[in-house]
Amino acid sequence: MIRIGAFLVGLFFAGWLIVSFGVGAAAYISEPPQETAEHAFHEKPKALTLASDGPMGKFDRQQLQRGFQVYKEVCAACHSMRLVSFRNLAELGYNEDEVKAIAANWPIQTPDIDPATGEATTRASLPTDPFPSPHANETAARAANNNALPPDLSLITKARSGGAPYIYSLLLGYQEPPAELAQRFPDSMPGPGLNYNPYFANLNIAMANPLGSDGIVTYSDGTNATREQMAKDVSAFLVWTAEPTLEKRHQTGWAVLIFLIIATGLGYMAYRNVWAGVKH
Amino acid sequence: MSFSWAKHYEPKSDLTKWLDDRLPLPRLVYGAIGAGYPVPRNLNYFWNFGVLAGVALVMQIVTGIIMAMHYAPNALVAFDSTEHIMRNVNWGWMLRYAHANGASFFFIVVYIHIFRGLYFSSYKAPREMIWLLGLVIFLLMMATAFMGYVLPWGQMSFWGAKVITGLFGAIPLVGEPIQQWLLGGFAPDNAALNRFFSLHYLLPFVTAGVIILHIWALHIPGSSNPTGVEVKSESDTVPFHPYYTAKDGFGLGVFLILFCAMLFFAPNFLGHADNYIPANPLSTPAHIVPEWYFWPFYAILRAFTFDFFIVPAKLLGVLAMFASILLLFFLPWLDRSPVRSGNYRPLFKIFFVVLLLDVLLLGYLGGAPAEEPYVMLSQLASAYYFAHFLIILPIISKIEKPKPLPFSITESVLGKDNTGIAGGPVLQPAE
Repeated sequence: MIRIGAFLVGLFFAGWLIVSFGVGAAAYISEPPQETAEHAFHEKPKALTLASDGPMGKFDRQQLQRGFQVYKEVCAACHSMRLVSFRNLAELGYNEDEVKAIAANWPIQTPDIDPATGEATTRASLPTDPFPSPHANETAARAANNNALPPDLSLITKARSGGAPYIYSLLLGYQEPPAELAQRFPDSMPGPGLNYNPYFANLNIAMANPLGSDGIVTYSDGTNATREQMAKDVSAFLVWTAEPTLEKRHQTGWAVLIFLIIATGLGYMAYRNVWAGVKH
Repeated sequence: MSFSWAKHYEPKSDLTKWLDDRLPLPRLVYGAIGAGYPVPRNLNYFWNFGVLAGVALVMQIVTGIIMAMHYAPNALVAFDSTEHIMRNVNWGWMLRYAHANGASFFFIVVYIHIFRGLYFSSYKAPREMIWLLGLVIFLLMMATAFMGYVLPWGQMSFWGAKVITGLFGAIPLVGEPIQQWLLGGFAPDNAALNRFFSLHYLLPFVTAGVIILHIWALHIPGSSNPTGVEVKSESDTVPFHPYYTAKDGFGLGVFLILFCAMLFFAPNFLGHADNYIPANPLSTPAHIVPEWYFWPFYAILRAFTFDFFIVPAKLLGVLAMFASILLLFFLPWLDRSPVRSGNYRPLFKIFFVVLLLDVLLLGYLGGAPAEEPYVMLSQLASAYYFAHFLIILPIISKIEKPKPLPFSITESVLGKDNTGIAGGPVLQPAE
């Protein structure tokens, strides 16, 4: 009985799937799916090599400081970074006084409550404060940005499938829309307030080109601030903000692996020893 | 519940004697996973995976309990409290990555364990109950993993919860009320998150309980083995301890090396980038996919694109997805071949390899976007999946001519068996 029932159930599911396949295949042949603009023009991120890559990866603190400078002088005008606190900057090599000064002089103040009146107010930031958002709330952020919401950057390199190379490529990817796009997919041409960028999922990004020309940042370590350099540095910085524990993770990983390889080697010898003389 | 030659526990010190008279816990452990459990001597490395699955569950429980001390199951702060664990809790990043990758490795180990059972027909009499309990564990694991993935309250958490609870919405008439009852609202929100957290904490302990039954049921007939020939004499077995504790110890080391390489050097490889974006009910991700271990079933769900008369395609997909797991419960009665091991079943072996490739293909397709040619391929792959278990397997077991079996495990290992006599009385396990 079970096998007859199973046979009928199997025949039903398998049969209907074959029928569905046939119908789908016929439709696929008679009306092949149209190529989309994303399919034709979207580009994969360019290669980017950072010091933090790979299992031996470490942060290049000089580069992170430069990247932080780019964030501070360019990105922070619109993008929040609410999961990172000023105190975390000590990990980039700033000393305590520098961290205090960065927090106190941050262009946006931290929201607080006036202890005398209980009314909402703002004050200079302390190292313990997270980076204050440039906008009071999402509505304010949209109102200031042509109804687009600038995403929080704390986790951005982990929250986009291409990671740091994607951020790097996107920052350098602004260009005039190709003539072929206007010809073949006029609907995918950037509308008002949008910019063509082949690294962005739907090709049209609301963010204006943030690194429009060389030298918009003057690096305190004297590095030549080309667009390329700034994009690379800020991508490296955003790897750190997304995963500040990366170095510790790599170091711990090697210690754990070396221990485990030795322990497993001993385990193998114990296993062979126990089984010696027992054929199996 | 063991073979007559099984060693018996003998307490040596006054303390263990005292304990043995009052609560014979050491005696239980000795008989379950100690020297008192005789195990076939010829088990290969595929028999390591049951122990590895047990270790994986323990790791999940330990890391999970500690994370629950820092996590807040509230839709307003769940995402931030997860990041708090990653950034501010001492070794929190390691706990969370161990827990997330631990789930993946738990499934890898369990899938290998299940496919070992399929190839060596570990589900056949007298071991049906072990198989059935194992499937219950598998279902509990899937429910636990699904609810756990919701807890960080990222985009994939939210939309995964919406899609999976939406499956119940496909049931005619009562579907929508059931979906709302499950979620505690019209869409996943605080009520859903809270109950998922509560159940995510509860189900691993239920799983642990069923694992105890699984092992209990295993000890009635004893472990199966790669020849599929039952144990006949003492020379067929070795005591679990030290022989298999040593072998499992080595296997555990290899498992931990692979697991830690993943945890420390590619912790987000198996995850989805969208889950690092806080849940947003107003923004649907471009491709909603569950975690990789659900992909084969997700592919089956999406393979149904065509209504069957009055039955909508969505409902068919849901039924097929549940059927694809439930049919495994009937396996002991579908495969009637008296031979257990795939090593002695030439025809079965071919179809087993096809099934393995088919499930891997389904896994790939389940993770791919819902567009052609992936949908057409998943229709063919799903059709084979059902045909394999429900049509092909019962037929093979009728028409196949198995290769000759060795007389005993000892004979298969040593080439001869001096203890047993071919055709002689077979030793039965003592009660």
